[in-house]
Amino acid sequence: MELILSLAIGVLAGSGVWLLLRPRTFQVVIGLSLLSYAVNLFIFVMGWVRGGKAAFTPPGTPVDPLLFADPLPQALVLTAIVISFAMTALLLVVLLAARGLTGTDHVDGREPEE
Amino acid sequence: MNHLVILPVVLPLAVGAAMLLLDERRHKLKAALSAASILVVLAAGIALLRLADAAPVQVYRLGDWPPPFGIVLVADRLSALMVVLAGVLAAAALAFSLARWHRAGPRFHVLLQFLLMGLNGAFLTGDLFNLFVFFELLLAASYGLTLHGSGTARVSASLHYIAINLSASLVFLIGVALIYGVTGTLNMADLAQRIPRIPMDERVLLEAGAAILGVAFLVKAGMWPLGFWLPSTYAAASAPAAALFAILSKVGVYAVLRLWLLFFGGGPGGELLLYGGMVTLAFGLLGVLASQGLARLAGFSLLASSGTLLAVIGTGDPAATGAALYYLVASTLGVSALFLLIELVERAREPGADILAVTAAAFLGADDEQEPQEEVGVAIPASMALLGLSFACCALLLAGLPPLPGFVAKAALLAALLAPDPVPPAAWALLALLSLSGLAAIIAMGRAGVRIFWATQRSVPRVRVIEMAPVALLLGLCLALTVAAGPAMRYLQDTAQALHAPRAYIEGVLAK
Repeated sequence: MELILSLAIGVLAGSGVWLLLRPRTFQVVIGLSLLSYAVNLFIFVMGWVRGGKAAFTPPGTPVDPLLFADPLPQALVLTAIVISFAMTALLLVVLLAARGLTGTDHVDGREPEE
Repeated sequence: MNHLVILPVVLPLAVGAAMLLLDERRHKLKAALSAASILVVLAAGIALLRLADAAPVQVYRLGDWPPPFGIVLVADRLSALMVVLAGVLAAAALAFSLARWHRAGPRFHVLLQFLLMGLNGAFLTGDLFNLFVFFELLLAASYGLTLHGSGTARVSASLHYIAINLSASLVFLIGVALIYGVTGTLNMADLAQRIPRIPMDERVLLEAGAAILGVAFLVKAGMWPLGFWLPSTYAAASAPAAALFAILSKVGVYAVLRLWLLFFGGGPGGELLLYGGMVTLAFGLLGVLASQGLARLAGFSLLASSGTLLAVIGTGDPAATGAALYYLVASTLGVSALFLLIELVERAREPGADILAVTAAAFLGADDEQEPQEEVGVAIPASMALLGLSFACCALLLAGLPPLPGFVAKAALLAALLAPDPVPPAAWALLALLSLSGLAAIIAMGRAGVRIFWATQRSVPRVRVIEMAPVALLLGLCLALTVAAGPAMRYLQDTAQALHAPRAYIEGVLAK
């Protein structure tokens, strides 16, 4: 499980960084999205990967923190997802505005000279 | 529990959200609401400042959950000071925008309120993840404000600004996650207690997390080589937005100062801050000299002030930190006034005249002297005289010359740097750089000032009182800071002592 998760984070982060360094604005947006997926997975893993843990225990059973899944990273991931989603939407709007104003989708707003 | 602590966060949020429901054409109502909110927040900030000075740590538990499980807001001396500073800059930016800028695009007042909320939240929070959330809030509002007024230059500058800050936010999250993974808490006071007890084998991971977190803050603070985005973005932003952004880079400095001293007591990483800050200062100095436009000059001065702050904080000496805080207040007010002033001054000039200033000085100096002096003694009208006076004040502030607080700040910094015996070589280097940066600022500002105010061909700008008032307010505050240097320095030295010995902060937050 750890191996699969770390491979997934690595592949997502690697592709994200590569796309982030590309010259087209749409590639930058996708790169940032992939990076944010990698980071969200990473936060999730930081609560340690343990299977078979309940989020709740039935009433009446003694409360033992060792039986619980750590709820905090899940809450953090949820917040991070919402924020990165909103920021990606904002970046898309700016991308379209830049495309409209400069007539090119190059990140510098002008095509490199041949 | 004092509800005053949460007011600077909740009030701008409520007012900003309520203004979203108002029709976009009701400018006067929006401006009045916005001004009322900012003034109340400013008053709350000043009340917090007095409270914090009397009883050092005001803790606000949200939902009355006990820390470290619940979220806390903490107002100590440093937080209260930063809240007041943010309120002052927001008031100045708002007053300036009323002449023209607030009608230049939709929802200016809403964005202003949200930016103020994010700033106050970042200064007051006592929790690492909430620091991230408030960073994102203030960044989101700042993206909107950078775009305010639209235009090709602003949109392309914002595209870079957003991409860089989104990447920095992701780095921030990685740092927070690593720290949580090792310590199991995100409450700053609880972290400060647990970090010394972390076993050696896990400490590497923790320090890596802290370093990654530091990178995110240093991107905001604009440390070389992470700060290349700063001058072009701030130069492209509209004047009131840029004036407010003067405090955005200080948020990064604030976070470094607070967390580094709280978590590691000013130990490891100090050299990095010291040398990184010195390189930033040198880069800012060169940039100030090489800037063709006034707005870029102001942006590079901001970098130089960030560099000074980081380098002085990196020395890890409480007296130096106190002087650095004084410098922080003075330079923030000065750069903010300069950003407002630039817009007024630029109106008087031919478009593109500033681009030629540097090259003209280098190549055309001889030709200028041969020109016949026909218009001897052009009468400087009142608006031009006022602008010139304010510009000279800004130059004195940035260069650190008396009678403005830039001088007091630099004198206090140098006194603190030269206090240890023997003086370390790094302190001598920093001293040389500080003096050189003053020289560079006076050369660059003098060159620009001569071109603008002693030019024979120019139109007189139409400056309204509401635009001149905020500049006068900011510069007047600077003057007041010189007059009240004694009490201000006493407060800031107490702040620095509390930062370097955070026992009271930790106990105050974790008290049952």
